[in-house]
Amino acid sequence: MREIHADEIKEAVKKLVMDTEYFLPEDFVTALKESVHKEESEVGREILQTIIKNAEVAAGEQVAYCQDTGYPVFFVDIGQDVRIVGGYITDVINEAVREATKEGYLRASLAYDPIFSRQNTGDNTPALVYYNIVPGDKIKIMFAAKGGGSENQSKQAMLKPADGLEGVRKFVLQTIANAGPNACPPFTVGVGIGGTFDYSAVLAKKALFRKIGERHPDPRIAELEEKLLEDANKLGVGPLGFGGTVTAVDVKIEVAPCHIASLPVAVNIQCHAARHKEIEL
Amino acid sequence: MAEPKKIWTPLTDEIVEDLRVGDRVLLSGVVYTARDAAHKRMLEEYEKTGKLPFDVRGQVIYYVGPTPAKPGQVIGSAGPTTAYRMDKYTPKLHELGLKATIGKGWRGKEVKEALKKYKAVYFAAYGGTAALLSKHIVGVEIVAYEDLGPEAIRKLIFQDFPVVVANDMYGGDIFEEGQKKYRKIAI
Repeated sequence: MREIHADEIKEAVKKLVMDTEYFLPEDFVTALKESVHKEESEVGREILQTIIKNAEVAAGEQVAYCQDTGYPVFFVDIGQDVRIVGGYITDVINEAVREATKEGYLRASLAYDPIFSRQNTGDNTPALVYYNIVPGDKIKIMFAAKGGGSENQSKQAMLKPADGLEGVRKFVLQTIANAGPNACPPFTVGVGIGGTFDYSAVLAKKALFRKIGERHPDPRIAELEEKLLEDANKLGVGPLGFGGTVTAVDVKIEVAPCHIASLPVAVNIQCHAARHKEIEL
Repeated sequence: MAEPKKIWTPLTDEIVEDLRVGDRVLLSGVVYTARDAAHKRMLEEYEKTGKLPFDVRGQVIYYVGPTPAKPGQVIGSAGPTTAYRMDKYTPKLHELGLKATIGKGWRGKEVKEALKKYKAVYFAAYGGTAALLSKHIVGVEIVAYEDLGPEAIRKLIFQDFPVVVANDMYGGDIFEEGQKKYRKIAI
């Protein structure tokens, strides 16, 4: 059985968090640059150029791309032939987030209790960590710094099976239109269809990790992704909602089996601070 | 695109009357920060004591919670947060003399009414361009609620901070107008 020391995980996660905050994914930056040519609005083009410049400044100076450095969300796939020694993995991840927040000059953005004091935890912990046990002897750690502005505009619906494809399409497009300028477009749209109430949302969040332009292996889903992207860009929202033809750079759908009575759909809106990165140990 | 207008704070009725939706503005001078937690506390205190932590007359509030400054920086990344979350508190502040707010996204009906009634304006800054926007902030000082951390009220000094008039005192709305122009499908 392969052993990995907790310290190794901590250092890797700390670097992962800081890198994610400073450097937008290359595929996303490339998509932004291509989108300038697709934007019909002059103001929209100017906004896209400003966003690209912001990415360059953040990367060049290693400062946070956005002041909302986000809710730290992790998806950790642990190979069943790995043994972690020297510490409990959740504690290690939280310690890494704590250190990255301090040493990386990230904003403390979590309120400890949601209703009463709403006191800031001060260090961006506790992180949200989803674990999966998978075959193999590796650990894959996927990290998203999820901003509040776009998360607030995300939605879930328990549609009826009779609503079908048209119901899904309408719900996704309505959610994108409603998100509008509040959620900092151009968006990447994560869609989870199927599963249970909660699992549809997890699928939507996980879908956001897929590379821009990489289509779902099921050709029917791939076609739906392309159709939804085309329609999203006809909504008129445009860069930062000032009106235009680039509202989203991609729509990514994940699906799962569901109950015969249900058609769960979740839409996780991702702003242009599309901070997703993954590592393998 | 037209040249941006250069404006200095504090703002007057005359300055606000001259602003129209879509105008690009470079804002300089003192601007205060406040977001969710500071607004809640500020207005709750006002209910009880009749006082605010700073005199809002003629002033501008920027909805921002910056990242901590790295050594050598005046302030960390400092882009706008979504404005509608402050809608509950904004009309009262305009009634008390606040002349402008800066944020991102739509404002509600009650805020738009308050802009007309009290001659005020809502500016949009480019959301998410926080690393760039911080370069237009040349001074920062905490003036109230330090315990709120990133949500404390700060007094900033702006230098040519770029904003766009999103809602003017004549009822215009840049987001509605812009989106209508480019919408090609009904949903």
